[in-house]
Amino acid sequence: MSEPLIYELSRPGRTACFLPELDVPRADLPEEWLRGEDPLLPEVSEVDLVRHYVRLSQLNYGVDVGFYPLGSCTMKYNPKVNEDACRLPGFTGTHPYQPEETVQGNLRLMYELQTYLQAISGFAAVSLQPAAGAHGELTGVLIMRAYHLARGDTGRTRILIPDSAHGTNPASTTMSGLEMVQLRSDARGNVDLDDLKAHLDEHVVGMMLTNPNTLGLFDEHLREIVRLVHEAGGLMYGDGANLNALMGIAKAAELGFDVMHFNLHKTFSTPHGGGGPGSGPVGVTAELAKFLPGPIVKRELDEEMCEHGEGEEHSDECYFYSFEWPEASIGRVKAFYGNFGVMVRAYTYIRMLGAKGLREASESAVLNANYVQARLKGVYPLPHDRICMHEFVLEGRWPDAPDVRALDISKRLMDYGMHPPTNYFPLIVPEALMIEPTETESKETLDAFVDAMLKIAEEAHAHPELLHEAPHNTPVGRLDEVRAARQPRLRWTPPEG
Amino acid sequence: MSYVPHTDADRKAMLATIGVRSIDELFADIPQDVRYPQVTLPAPLSEAEVMRELREMSEYNADLDHVPCFLGAGAYHHFVPSVVQHVLSRSEFYTAYTPYQPEISQGTLQTIFEYQSMICGLTGMEVSNASHYDGATAMAEAVIMAMSVTRGKRRKAVLAPTVHPEYRQVVRTYTQGMEAKIVGDEDLGADIGSLVKHLDEETACVIVQVPDFFGALESPAALTALADATHKAGALFVVAADPISLGMLKPPAAYGADIVVGEGQALGNALNFGGPYLGFFACREEYVRRMAGRLVGETVDGQGRRGYVLTLATREQHIRRERATSNICSNEALCALAAGVYLAALGKTGLRKVAELCYHKAHYAADAIDGVPGFQVERKKPFFKEFVVRCPMPAAQVNDMLLDWDIIGGYDLGRVDARLADRMLVCVTEMNTRQEIDDLVAALRAIGEGGGE
Repeated sequence: MSEPLIYELSRPGRTACFLPELDVPRADLPEEWLRGEDPLLPEVSEVDLVRHYVRLSQLNYGVDVGFYPLGSCTMKYNPKVNEDACRLPGFTGTHPYQPEETVQGNLRLMYELQTYLQAISGFAAVSLQPAAGAHGELTGVLIMRAYHLARGDTGRTRILIPDSAHGTNPASTTMSGLEMVQLRSDARGNVDLDDLKAHLDEHVVGMMLTNPNTLGLFDEHLREIVRLVHEAGGLMYGDGANLNALMGIAKAAELGFDVMHFNLHKTFSTPHGGGGPGSGPVGVTAELAKFLPGPIVKRELDEEMCEHGEGEEHSDECYFYSFEWPEASIGRVKAFYGNFGVMVRAYTYIRMLGAKGLREASESAVLNANYVQARLKGVYPLPHDRICMHEFVLEGRWPDAPDVRALDISKRLMDYGMHPPTNYFPLIVPEALMIEPTETESKETLDAFVDAMLKIAEEAHAHPELLHEAPHNTPVGRLDEVRAARQPRLRWTPPEG
Repeated sequence: MSYVPHTDADRKAMLATIGVRSIDELFADIPQDVRYPQVTLPAPLSEAEVMRELREMSEYNADLDHVPCFLGAGAYHHFVPSVVQHVLSRSEFYTAYTPYQPEISQGTLQTIFEYQSMICGLTGMEVSNASHYDGATAMAEAVIMAMSVTRGKRRKAVLAPTVHPEYRQVVRTYTQGMEAKIVGDEDLGADIGSLVKHLDEETACVIVQVPDFFGALESPAALTALADATHKAGALFVVAADPISLGMLKPPAAYGADIVVGEGQALGNALNFGGPYLGFFACREEYVRRMAGRLVGETVDGQGRRGYVLTLATREQHIRRERATSNICSNEALCALAAGVYLAALGKTGLRKVAELCYHKAHYAADAIDGVPGFQVERKKPFFKEFVVRCPMPAAQVNDMLLDWDIIGGYDLGRVDARLADRMLVCVTEMNTRQEIDDLVAALRAIGEGGGE
């Protein structure tokens, strides 16, 4: 089943690309600069290249292959129209430094998307610049820091983060030069209010909270948490990784958050690309808008463009779109304006669904998670037995099958043709299996998953070796990760001799 | 349309299994006064309508299929072979997540391993990661890594003034909370040799861009001297490189680079109005454990079969949390796949040909523009595919007039510094035909003769 490396298919003199002949006179080459030896790149024919990558694609599992309940990643179906839209040559063939009057279509799309995200979240302003969720976090935390510094409040250096948070939250805090203080969760999976109170003081920049949290639970004391943090002078950061539970159900700003990042590649159906590109826009309250990274898109009425009678509404063609720089911006977080191609996909999705469709998506995401949870609880330990939001966390262990671990269950699921849930996260649940079905999966698919999980639970007790040795049906078996780390081999090198 | 497949019967059965009567009951934890808010969005469209709307919007733009363009400045119009888009359209690649489960992700993992190998081949470095968001953020991560290599004791980064202005801004944004000092780029006219004066026991790294933002190539000897001085001061030498240029020009390893970063867009990725692109990041092996981002390594399974895994993950946020080398999680994997397919399609001689086409065409354009009265090409140093033109009027004004000729002119350097308002940075790639160049020259001649009307 294994596919050779492309370097191993290489033969001197082959190529898969035919370039035009030079149509101008040759200039003198800068001799001192010539590299002498060509770079170590493969040489393959077009057909060999295509077969190589097609065969590699067949070793991969994606949402288009099957069920992908990877918790916290929102692996919903990615509509194909998104892919057609973002490949329109009028979008892909535009240079970021073109004069604004030659990219009004792009600017309008960005302006509209800013407005849509504001409508969904209740925030006053949005920057589309961050390229991923963690990039949005860094942006948001820098904004919170800038807010306090602009007020002359220089003693605030700490960010409170619950122990259920994604690793990116503490890492983003450190990158912002701030200190992370970890808060405990209580027995119901909420933030422990006593622990929160014990850490609130004049040194707190704010709190980063994923809500619903990574247990898939909506914090029952959210209002109280927001009140306490605000009373202490802190700001509330919302990690929007789990927004798929709340579209049209509640707006982050109305829940009391001051800043939040969106993951367009989770909630708004843009594909994950095997690890990117993503897009992590940041929304803020009116008070924080001036700190956003620049530039952002604004529009102004251009009367010359208008062809309508007195008193009629202005159509979109009446506006001129341009970039502006927020007055106290934290600066650029990226060259240019953000992952525009990803924005086109998210725009397309929002236009297809509208407000009603977005709410239906969130409702069904929550319905699906609760359905799977209801069918699996009792067989798999469920540490927090509550109505969940869009995902939930089981324990992958049993007292009467002591050798079986969550990892074994995950690997065995591959034999049933499904992608495993997220393993070993959140850290506060032992042997965690974090399951997020998403709204686009049918009852039949969910039932097939549940049946596989129930079968695996039986096998774990009767034939644990089936789990220990899993997966059996994949292109490779369990790989030696220790060896990979101890004797790192991170690139191909030509065979000796 | 919400892509939800449930029938009413499905919903009813599922609610019964859960033990609630309605979907509303699932949202009881949400404070009632803010539950089900009014969300004002335009009415939903059908697929045909949405495509019509988007096509119309896209046609409000002037795109490079229809208008000749001489913009570069960090984003480049290069030929993308058809195979790239076809490979990228394999949904087994584009609908997968980060390859946490290697047994069913060998496709993504092996393509990243191949990409890493090719970036090492281009730059002469020993290790490449799986990508950053773009060239600018890759540079910011290089600064943070250099500070980390010196265990946080050195907190000064020296940036050549000829580094891309937006990259210099992003470095400052990233490090604003880190008590870092970013120096060296105060005087845009300063020579890179003058960077040596910033070297001291505080210095974590020196960063240069090759070719620099203005298109110019310092001599390899000058760069080697700067690298030597940097190393002598105990700091790392960081080079931001144009990957296309590496098809013909000396790799940064040859003149002393410890870290090589850059914008990888030119490798098989469309311009896309600035993103998604990819930042490539490569370094010497001794620093690998301080590197940010994903790394793919080769290993074997229980039966000795070769396979690939994400490795050295103890550097990363999901394991190390607040002590991670960076917060990066998602990167630009699909753009890196495009870069890998592009480099494989061209191969070593194809990439050299592209580089040479750019070089010769850019020099043809420079010679011709130099011959236009009132316009003068700055050519104190050799250049690759971009060069600075001094205009007889503000570059912005020249560009406005070029638009009337249906030409998108070069980058107005007045955007970087008002004192450079009469300079234009012109970029020529293999996509610019001789006819387009001749048309540009004719237009500039007419503009120059018109005296800027």
